[in-house]
Amino acid sequence: MNAARRFAPRVALLLVAIVAILLPVLEPNPASINVAVFTMMYVGLASAWNIMGGYTGYISLGHAGFFGLGAYTLGLGVAHLGIGPGYGPFALVPLAGLLTGLFALPIGWIALRTRAATFVIVTIAVMFMLQLAAMNLIGLTGGTGGLSLPVPRWSGDFYNTPFYYAMLILASLTIAVSWWIRRSKFGLGLLAIRDDEDKAMAVGVPTRQFKLAAFVISAALVGMIGGVYAYYVTYVYPEFVIDPLTGISMVLMAFLGGLGTLTGPVLGALLVEPAQLSLAYNFGASRLYLVFYSGVFLVVILLLPRGIVPSVRDLTIGWWTRGGPGRAAGPSPGPSTPAPGNVVAP
Amino acid sequence: MSLLEVERLSKRFGGVVAVDDCSLSIPKGSIIGLIGPNGSGKTTVFNLITGFIPRDAGDMRFKSRSIAGLGPDRIYGLGIGRTFQLARIFPRLTALENMLVPVRRAGMGGLLARAQWGHEKTRAMAMLEFMDIGSVASMLGGALSYGQRKLLELAAVMMAEPELVLLDEPAGGVNPALLERIADHIRRLNAGGVTFLVVEHNMGFVMNLCTELVVLAQGRVIAGGKPEDVRANPVVLDAYLGA
Repeated sequence: MNAARRFAPRVALLLVAIVAILLPVLEPNPASINVAVFTMMYVGLASAWNIMGGYTGYISLGHAGFFGLGAYTLGLGVAHLGIGPGYGPFALVPLAGLLTGLFALPIGWIALRTRAATFVIVTIAVMFMLQLAAMNLIGLTGGTGGLSLPVPRWSGDFYNTPFYYAMLILASLTIAVSWWIRRSKFGLGLLAIRDDEDKAMAVGVPTRQFKLAAFVISAALVGMIGGVYAYYVTYVYPEFVIDPLTGISMVLMAFLGGLGTLTGPVLGALLVEPAQLSLAYNFGASRLYLVFYSGVFLVVILLLPRGIVPSVRDLTIGWWTRGGPGRAAGPSPGPSTPAPGNVVAP
Repeated sequence: MSLLEVERLSKRFGGVVAVDDCSLSIPKGSIIGLIGPNGSGKTTVFNLITGFIPRDAGDMRFKSRSIAGLGPDRIYGLGIGRTFQLARIFPRLTALENMLVPVRRAGMGGLLARAQWGHEKTRAMAMLEFMDIGSVASMLGGALSYGQRKLLELAAVMMAEPELVLLDEPAGGVNPALLERIADHIRRLNAGGVTFLVVEHNMGFVMNLCTELVVLAQGRVIAGGKPEDVRANPVVLDAYLGA
C-alpha cells in the first residue's frame, strides 16, 4: 500500500504531462487551444505568485505590474532589435524575465520594509505607478496608444500552438522552481517567515534577503509569462497588460487551490480560468465573469478558507485514519494521532 | 573568560527607562540567572542582546567582538540563541521542519540544498530524541502541547550549536514534572559546553539550576553572586523578594 501511495503521484504527474504535451494533437480546435493558452498562462502566474504570496504570506496584489513589465520588455525588444515575426520573439522571453527581476529588486527592497496590510497597499500602489508610467512615457511605451508586435504568418489552425507550448514550458518551469524552493532550506525559511517572522529571525533566517529573493524570483517568472502574452495578443496596452484583474486572478486561483501548496495554484488555475473564459466569451460585454470571481472568492472564504488541496487532504487523511477502504469506520483519532488539520499539504 | 560582556547598556521607551546603565559578564560554561521583579527590564535586556531592539547607549561584546547594531539573524549566526517568554514555534511546520529552519553557516549551497537530507535531518531527529519528543517529529507545531512546544523551541535553538543560549522563562506555564526535565536538559547541554543566561520567576528552579545570579530592579543591576548569597542579600530581599 505504501508503494502505491508513493508511486501514485508520479504516475498521475506523468499522465498529466503526456496529456498536456499531446493536447494540440488530441484537441486541435484553435478555440480550445486558445483556452489552453490562457489556462497555462494562469497556471504559471498563480504558481509564480504563490512563491511570494503563498510561501512567505506576503500578499502582493501588484504582480500585474510585473506582468506588464515583461510584456513591454518583449514588445520594446522586438521593436528595437528589429526581430521579425516567427519564433524569434520567443528568444526575448528570458530577457523579459531578467529585466522584470531587476526592476523588482528595488521595488521589493522598498515594499518589503512593510508587513501585512501595508505591504498589500504598497504593491497595489506600485502597480498603478507602473501603469501610469506606461501611459505617460509616450516616447518609450507609445502611451495609451500602446505598442504593436509583428503578427506571425502561421496558418489559423496552427497559430495558437506555439504559444500553447511556450506557456506550457513557462508553467512547467514555474512549477519546477516552486517545487525546488518548497523542499529547500531556503523554502523552509520562507514558510517560517509566513508563520512567525520575528521567530524566524531569532533562529538565524535572514528574513529580508529571503523575502527579497522570493519576490524577485516570483516577479521574474511573471515577467516571462507577460512577454509571451504580449506576443500572443500582438499588442501592449497599459490597461490590458497592467490590469488589476490579472493580479487578482492569480491570487484567487492560489487561494482557491490552496495557498502555500505546490499543487493548489495549479488546480485553482485549471478550475477558474476555463470557467472564466467561458463566461467572458458568452457574456463578455456585460463582464459577468466578474460576478463569478466574486462568487468564487466568497465560496473560498466561507467554505474553504485553506483552499481545496489542504481541505481534501485533511478529509482523505481523516478517512484513512478512521478505517480506510473496505473497513468499518473506526474510532476517531486519539490524542497522539495528528488531527486531519495537522498535516502539511504538498 | 567572559563569553558575553554587556557594558553600561541603556534603553528608554519614551519616558520610561527600561534598562539603565546595565553591565553584565557571562563567563563561558556558566548558567547565569537573571532575576528581578516584573518590569525590571529582564526581557528588554534579552531583546537588546539579541538585536531585536536597538540600544540607546552601551556596548555588547560576544567573544570580544562587538555585536551592537547587528540584527537578530546575524547575532544567531555568531552563536547566540534565544527562546521566548511564551514558547514560539512555527505552527504550520512539522516538529522536524521546525528543527531544520535554523540557519547558521549554511552558505549559498546549504540554502539551496534539499532541507531534509542526510546529516542535518539525522541531527534533528537525535536532538528531538534527546529532548524526549522524537515521537512528535511528523506532527505540526500547532498541534503540540505547550510543554512539547517549550522543548521543541529549545531543541530547535540548539540545532545551530550556539555557544550561548538566552532562555526567557523556561519554566513558565509548565507542570512540575516537565520542569525537572527541562532543568535536566539544560544541565546536560551545559555539561556539553553550552553557556546559559536564564530569565525566570520560579525561584526554586533558578536556585537549583544556576551557578550565579544577577538581580535587576528598575533596569539596574542591584546585586549579583552565588544563589545563596543573593537570597540573603537585604537589598534583593527589599527590591525583589519583598519579604
